[in-house]
Amino acid sequence: MATTLEKIKEGLDRSQPWMPNLFRVERIRKETYDTFTFDLETSDGAGCAFQPGQFNMLYIYGVGEVPISISGDPKNSRTLVHTIRAVGTVTKNMRQLKRGDLVGVRGPFGRPWPVEDAKGHDVIIVAGGIGLAPLRPVIYHLLAHREQYGKIILHYGARTPDDILFRQELETWRARFDFDVQVTVDRSTGSWQGNVGVVTLLIPKATFDPLQTIAMVCGPEIMMRFTVLELLKRDLTEENIFLSGERNMKCGIGHCGHCQFGHLFVCNDGPVFRYSDTADLFKKREI
Amino acid sequence: METLEPILAQHPFLKGLDAKYLKLIVGCASNVVFQAGEFIFRTGENADHFYIVRQGKIVIETYSPIKGPITIHTRQQGEVLGWSWLVPPYKWRFDARALELTRAIALDGKCLRSKLEEDHDLGYELMKRFTLIIAERLEATRLQLLDIYGDNT
Repeated sequence: MATTLEKIKEGLDRSQPWMPNLFRVERIRKETYDTFTFDLETSDGAGCAFQPGQFNMLYIYGVGEVPISISGDPKNSRTLVHTIRAVGTVTKNMRQLKRGDLVGVRGPFGRPWPVEDAKGHDVIIVAGGIGLAPLRPVIYHLLAHREQYGKIILHYGARTPDDILFRQELETWRARFDFDVQVTVDRSTGSWQGNVGVVTLLIPKATFDPLQTIAMVCGPEIMMRFTVLELLKRDLTEENIFLSGERNMKCGIGHCGHCQFGHLFVCNDGPVFRYSDTADLFKKREI
Repeated sequence: METLEPILAQHPFLKGLDAKYLKLIVGCASNVVFQAGEFIFRTGENADHFYIVRQGKIVIETYSPIKGPITIHTRQQGEVLGWSWLVPPYKWRFDARALELTRAIALDGKCLRSKLEEDHDLGYELMKRFTLIIAERLEATRLQLLDIYGDNT
């Protein structure tokens, strides 16, 4: 009987969501001192289609498996792009991977950002820290279908200028006339001439039609709580605010219960939630 | 002669203010321009003005002999700068410096302080508006202190 690894090596089998598929590391980029991005591809070039906001379970053999959001362009299903902050055992090991190394991938899992519902609306994206990574596929999508959306606004907050992700891309986006990009840092260092202050301070200055705006928010939970308060102050409705939740996801398919969030499982019912569906949960410290 | 009244009347900070109070405030207002790098005020100086930023960017900072200038936050177009003019001993606690060419409306706090003392209705109205700004800054500072993007949150 074939071992699990042999079965995996036989090729992709998406009918079994608990079975990792083998992807090869094609490219690694250092984003910041603790964050990196790698591109993964299958040997047959089949790749993996996904929707903005979905995540994969990435597995390093003999070390462990972690849930990581996809940060690449949904149009390019051949290459899976993941941006990872090296904070735990698995992610620190991932940082040591080299071109050609193999990674097990299960997914994509989870409910995506509501890019279809947002058509015809203004869109405000508020990202904090590594939270920009799961939102980058949304930005790619919105810009690729620019004519289908109203105003597009990105508010991005980072810890310091050295922690800013995707800096070159942010500069490119900022140069566009049809995309309002505002970046701020909590602490200024070096020759930084940009905004200093928390990301929530940017929201009162943004111009959008509150009744026709969809907000997509991702970052640390505290940042998301205060962002929601600012968005509500600007008269956005709870139904039009979407957040990406984070819990300890394991199986990815809503079976194991590790990522339980009240009556929901983040891996299956999320990670993207409508705020009106989860407002009570976000306020409870016991959950 | 064109006055600053229409601009001030439309500004969110003063929007909805009774016309007679607005006129009184306009009497204390003047247009000011700061070149990039120019100090708007320095720590310890008399705090006799506050500013409504019309264009540009201002950095609020303090100075450490070891680290040099340390930025606390930035203010930009549409925002209100300064509330030390309201709080005894009316001295600036931090430095404010224009990061780029900055145009603002300066409001004479010394002149306003006496008017607020004379007319408590105006005093209460302005205090309510400044309380919102002070509360917003306090909340933002608490969030900054939490270091929410660090490893521990």
